[in-house]
Amino acid sequence: MTTTTDFPDSAPLLQRLTALRWDNWRGGLLVFLVGMAIAIPLLPPAYSFYVSAALAALFAATVIVNAWGRYTGGLLVAPALALLFVMNIFPLLWSFGLSFFSYRANRARAPTWVGLENYANVLNDSEIWDRLHNTLILVIMTVTTQMIVGFLLALLFSKQFPLRRFLLILVLTPMMLSFVAVGAFFRYYYDPTFGLLSQAVRLITGQPFILMSTVWGSRIGIVFADAWMWSPFVMLLVLAGLVSVPKYLYEAAAIDRVSQWRQFWSITFPYIRGLMLLALLFRTIEAFKLFDLVFLLTNGGPGTATETIALRVYRIAFENNKTSESAALAYILLFTVIVLTNLYLYFATQRAKEAAPS
Amino acid sequence: MTDTAANSGNFSSVATPFRQFISAAQARRSSRGVGDAGWGRTLGAAIVSIIYFFPVFWIILTSFKTYEDALAVPAKFFFTPTLDNFAQVFSRAYSAGGPVVNTGFALYFFNSLFISGVSVLLALAIGTVAAFGFSRYPLKGNDTYLFMILTTRMLPAIVVIIPIFIMFRVTHLAGTYAGIIALYTMFNLPFAIWMMKSFFDELALDVEDAARLDGSSDVRVFFKICLPQVLAGLAATAVFGLILTWNEFLFALLLSGVETRTVPVAMSQTIGGDIGVRWGLLAAIETLFLIPVIIVTFALQNQLLRGVTFGTIKR
Repeated sequence: MTTTTDFPDSAPLLQRLTALRWDNWRGGLLVFLVGMAIAIPLLPPAYSFYVSAALAALFAATVIVNAWGRYTGGLLVAPALALLFVMNIFPLLWSFGLSFFSYRANRARAPTWVGLENYANVLNDSEIWDRLHNTLILVIMTVTTQMIVGFLLALLFSKQFPLRRFLLILVLTPMMLSFVAVGAFFRYYYDPTFGLLSQAVRLITGQPFILMSTVWGSRIGIVFADAWMWSPFVMLLVLAGLVSVPKYLYEAAAIDRVSQWRQFWSITFPYIRGLMLLALLFRTIEAFKLFDLVFLLTNGGPGTATETIALRVYRIAFENNKTSESAALAYILLFTVIVLTNLYLYFATQRAKEAAPS
Repeated sequence: MTDTAANSGNFSSVATPFRQFISAAQARRSSRGVGDAGWGRTLGAAIVSIIYFFPVFWIILTSFKTYEDALAVPAKFFFTPTLDNFAQVFSRAYSAGGPVVNTGFALYFFNSLFISGVSVLLALAIGTVAAFGFSRYPLKGNDTYLFMILTTRMLPAIVVIIPIFIMFRVTHLAGTYAGIIALYTMFNLPFAIWMMKSFFDELALDVEDAARLDGSSDVRVFFKICLPQVLAGLAATAVFGLILTWNEFLFALLLSGVETRTVPVAMSQTIGGDIGVRWGLLAAIETLFLIPVIIVTFALQNQLLRGVTFGTIKR
């Protein structure tokens, strides 16, 4: 690179700005800003865009050369952080600002300041509390089912046996499928006339069976599909714990004639406890965001019995076009998920640090 | 080479001096676990697995049924298979006796493939470099950055999409390839960073240190020593990213236009549309959509745990 000698920081500012060196990022920035200020008013938009882009690239090049070898870590992660900032964090901050205004995306009117009114509206809206209630019921039902089924599946697959790898794949596949595909399957299976479920019930009762017409029926329908998809996830985590138990502990227990029950609680359980907690947190976060499956299976029905909070946000934002109100509700949802995620990451890194020395 | 490497875990591309270290690790692992339960367990597990896989199997079966067979009561296990449904996915007559027209599904499949492919490549390029930075040149507050990055991935899609939707409308990016690819790159980036960091963290540092002592530059160390060792991990991360993007629904629903529509969106629209009751046809679309995912799940078995937990849990 061109930076064989360090440019003295004591040099006068003007000299530092105008030095024709590739590591002169201050000069690069100056050229970029001045060039843009000249190009945009003078040139037609199509040309000024390319001129600005070229100058921005020049500025970026000077920053890179300047940081080269000195701030390697920062240089390596900068593009990723920049992209995340532009595409994710900036829009979120912007919508946080928007949540204090009254704004509808389908109207041309400028946003007007309303302070905390959107939050007050959302928190005082009995419908929101009702949707929160629906979401919590679904979360509790689906996470409990997944934990139990996933744990039992893990016990089944914990030992070595012929064809284990092949059979494991059959169980693990649902987890990799798309919510849309699964939603479409289960619409077919729950169909009152041709659906397999209705046909099976008709064999016993002689009547066609409409699962999705009752409140609890549709909840069970959603939970069944979701738990079918995600129990393998819990299984995978519990399995990781089960196979990490040292064999000699079981051998010692066998010599001491410890009962199976006692073996499980004293030897196996401590090894899977941490992973089960992680599975619980991860699945709770995901279930809390449940949108696609509900959207496709019931679309919130019957009535609003299965409308989750995420579906409610979608309705307010994109069907009622109350953009700023939906942003306020979204922020309440966001806060919950951030707390849960950081709890998850805390436990996951704790576990990684404990596992590292072995 | 990357294919076989993805199959056999992330060790196959490791330089020879590490072989001994690895076989020691494998020996340690075989002293763990709960022992061998012969064919009796196979029978039990087979019954459970087949019941578990049945919903997928039944959809694949339905895709080979004629219109009448798919609606038959009681459901038919044995029937004369037909390939008509698959042909009709791409072009068919919308009314009986009407003209056979293109359904657009060829375009939607291309879109899904193109958008996920490009966005995963971009996310991998940016993410691998960043992961190397996070792994080898820790910044002040390294963990905070990493936590923040993964948190952006765990946020509810509906929350993220509201401001982006408005932003894309203002900048006219909605419905363009550039817009949706940029969005999916952002969507895949945290995953790529965490996955690749978990692979870089596992490498032994000795070879890198030796190369540095011999005068290799940082760039050379990255390309000649670190990258070849994580090729398998790179492949696994790419494939996971492809599946995640391939399956994604909400972003595509709100931001893809007529020309950039992806398969999940098109599929969700056909459920309520003209083929709402033509289950054979719908099953054929689903089958075409699922087959790549099922094949990939086979190939990725060893990396599944790491993949589904975004690299936070390795084993």
